[in-house]
Amino acid sequence: MPKLTIDGKEVEAGADLNLIQAAELAGVEIPHYCYHPGLTIVGNCRMCLVEIEKAPKLQIACNTRVAEGMVVHTKSDKAKTAQKAVLEFLLINHPIDCPICDQAGECKLQDYYMDYDQQPSRFPLAEKNHKGKAIDIGSGVMLDQERCILCARCTRFFDEVTKTSELAIFERGDHNRIDINPGQPVNNKYAGNVVDICPVGALTEKEFRFRMRVWYLHRTASVCGGCERGCAIDIHHHRGRIYRFKPRFNPGVNSYWMCDEGRHSFPALQNETRLTSPLVQAKDQLVMEPWGEAIRRAASIIADYKRQYGPNSIAAVVDAQSSNEEAFALKQLMKTAIGSDRIATLSWSPPGASGDDDLLIRANKNPNARGLAALAIPADGLDGLAAAVASGELKMLIAMRADLVRALGEEEFVRRFGALDYMLVLSADANETCQMANQVWPIAAYPEIDGSFTNFKGRVQRINAAFPPPGAALAGIEAIARLGHALDGVDRPSSANAVFASMAAAEPAFKGLSLAALGEHGADLAS
Amino acid sequence: MERILTRWLDIPDLRKLDVYAGNGGYKALRKALFEMKPEEIINEVKNSNLRGRGGAAFPTGVKWSFIPKDSKKPVYLCCNADESEPGTFANRYEIEFDPHCIIEGIAIACRAVGAHTAYTYLRGEFTVQKRILDAAIAEAYANNYLGKNILGSGFDLEVFTHRGAGAYICGEETGLLESLEGKRAYPRNRPPFPAIQGAFGCPTVVNNIETLSNVPHIINRGADWYKSIGPEKSPGPKLFCLSGHINKPGLYELPMGFPLKDLIYDVGGGILDGKALKGVIPGGSSFPIFTAEEAVKVNMDFDSVRAAGSLMGTAGVMVMHEDTCMVDALKTIAHFYHHESCGQCTPCREGCGWIEKLLIELEAGRGKMEDLKTLVDAATNMEGNTICVLADSLSMPVKSFVPKYRDEFEAHIKLGRCPFKTSSAQQAA
Repeated sequence: MPKLTIDGKEVEAGADLNLIQAAELAGVEIPHYCYHPGLTIVGNCRMCLVEIEKAPKLQIACNTRVAEGMVVHTKSDKAKTAQKAVLEFLLINHPIDCPICDQAGECKLQDYYMDYDQQPSRFPLAEKNHKGKAIDIGSGVMLDQERCILCARCTRFFDEVTKTSELAIFERGDHNRIDINPGQPVNNKYAGNVVDICPVGALTEKEFRFRMRVWYLHRTASVCGGCERGCAIDIHHHRGRIYRFKPRFNPGVNSYWMCDEGRHSFPALQNETRLTSPLVQAKDQLVMEPWGEAIRRAASIIADYKRQYGPNSIAAVVDAQSSNEEAFALKQLMKTAIGSDRIATLSWSPPGASGDDDLLIRANKNPNARGLAALAIPADGLDGLAAAVASGELKMLIAMRADLVRALGEEEFVRRFGALDYMLVLSADANETCQMANQVWPIAAYPEIDGSFTNFKGRVQRINAAFPPPGAALAGIEAIARLGHALDGVDRPSSANAVFASMAAAEPAFKGLSLAALGEHGADLAS
Repeated sequence: MERILTRWLDIPDLRKLDVYAGNGGYKALRKALFEMKPEEIINEVKNSNLRGRGGAAFPTGVKWSFIPKDSKKPVYLCCNADESEPGTFANRYEIEFDPHCIIEGIAIACRAVGAHTAYTYLRGEFTVQKRILDAAIAEAYANNYLGKNILGSGFDLEVFTHRGAGAYICGEETGLLESLEGKRAYPRNRPPFPAIQGAFGCPTVVNNIETLSNVPHIINRGADWYKSIGPEKSPGPKLFCLSGHINKPGLYELPMGFPLKDLIYDVGGGILDGKALKGVIPGGSSFPIFTAEEAVKVNMDFDSVRAAGSLMGTAGVMVMHEDTCMVDALKTIAHFYHHESCGQCTPCREGCGWIEKLLIELEAGRGKMEDLKTLVDAATNMEGNTICVLADSLSMPVKSFVPKYRDEFEAHIKLGRCPFKTSSAQQAA
């Protein structure tokens, strides 16, 4: 590997790296706008000009490959003058409307102005060029041409990644503007990514505009639950509410991107139907009860059925929306506390949902279908359970996140499972299955729990609790641990780390893995 | 001096193939096809010290030698006829009066670099010129100077003409290639250079028309003959485009190294109305201006002009006399580059407009003293910091006009108006 010196720091970097990447290894930031590691290099912003010894003039770091013995200065007088100059040029025709701009706080013009410029403008405000503002270009993206610095990240994204080419640069010189072709709005399932990669406030998300100042947002690393791809994301939240999902780089899963379906999937996680208290069926109505009572009630019902009809009169259905830990904890509970081997997976995607595409979107809309398979929870077990209901062997069902009524349709559900005596549903939402349940336990949605999902390629990725679940809702593994304790008096682990550790010990597919060691990119299943 | 590039002045109807062929035309192509190996052609051109006439003055033979010898991809030649530099009008005459010399030059160059396809990129406004060139190409095809198995040599060559849509930037060689490929003419980052990755990702040579017109003469008469014309390092016959406040503006063929003083006062018949000379831009509007004192000492070849602090560029010599308002002249130049900047790189996109706006204010008498510093700062910050040299093309005039004619700029500020206009004219403006 070539050895080079950047700002006096010696660094060894792969020969295919450019100077921006090599500098990062050396802990040196080279400011840049147009360069994006997921796109081709155009070198138009000129923000990354650096001084290279023996080169006659400044070079752009993004288009310069590392070379043995190269000596680079990013903070020399020449480099600093160029950085200042580029910012001065960029701001000439920029509206400087930060107070009303959604990008404020995460804007590279603001950041670099503070870091590299800090000089008063020499350009009269009245002479600025004016261009289009608040243009709805389609797919939920809004365009402000005046704020645009013409770095061409968005046009390159649509040219190179989605290959839909809806955006182009029109006109010439300082009249240049990004725009759609007349009458042809942006129309692809990945449009939100251009908002992410726009370094300034030119492209903003329609849904997010004017909702929240970005400096109030906290970020929690997680995984999108929208499909079995499991794109790495950051959840941006404030006071227990999610304001947006942003893709997080994971080379083995989603690169830098995510789809719009996943991006806009969070409102369903925090709507009016979230459950906040355990419920029990009383006179055809679900009424609230405290957790203590709810656990005791379920435990005594389970004990009764076990005694009367044997352990196999009780079954569990785990939805593929559940985390690895939830699925494993329930599987263990069935085995150790109840002694039943009846367990099945529900892996259901709504009809009419998008199918597999070439980029990220998968037809299976469950983030953990592969995880459940790795835990050997039968994917085709529902038919067996229905048969056992029909024969009268199966009396009680514990449903983990599984909305069976929605998945099967009400008629089919009643036909197959209507003869059940008792149903305990663990759910984040008051869904149709809850209406049919004898008991409903409120559990946390995935942004509210620690744990992991396994994507369809077998990559196990961490999810982290961004904030606590609403009301009295508990993490699924906590509810299972409490039920287990009520059944057999054994203390079960209720932290995700501990459940994962037992899972790694018990399940061959998870052998050698630990939740803490998954890191930001996750790890592949052992088998 | 013997006319070489402007033989059409001596030979009527030289544009016709039979006249061209009857006067030694396509003899050089025969020589290149049957008597010389490609390597020998390149060496002959290298030895002639022919330098590119498009403005950058890069040695042509050296450029050709950068083309990989064993390229698995096709090699292309692009003939740059996007003649757009203000004050430059040599290529259009060459196309109109001696198109077969261009075609012969193209064919020899293609033979040298192993290209079997050549594109001629003409500026959008060259409608008539394209017709003329197309007709000449058709004649050449009909007589097997182009096409398959040229003159029985086994060498194939297809030549296409393509007209731009009226953008200066398409004359920049990589902007030209992008435009040729049907894209927006955004100049490319180098490396990779066109010799490795040019048109359609293949090795490509881009040569100016005038450069290629020299090639048949070099092949016919040899590198030593060529070097005997003008200075050895910057030799050859040169077309000068003389314009501005001059009695006899026009296109003149003169040997490289010809004194600028003689070009203006002798060949050009002196300054219009017998006025005093104020300044000369020697190479098209992109380059530093010479004051009258500097101009009369300069010889017109690449190295001498460079040594004197400017560049010979396309040899578009623009003469300005004493009544010229230099602020206005620079404003006009800035307007051009502002209009023609492609807008790809930040410094050029924003800087050209900024400079024009400053000059509009200064010329109108609304400027401030600190604007002069801002003007030079903006120009300095543009220079050398962009993908192509369009930014430099405005930076260089600004950085020469302001210091050299500073008193005029200051007079505008102090008077609050242009001193070259009467107050009524100022109001009308």
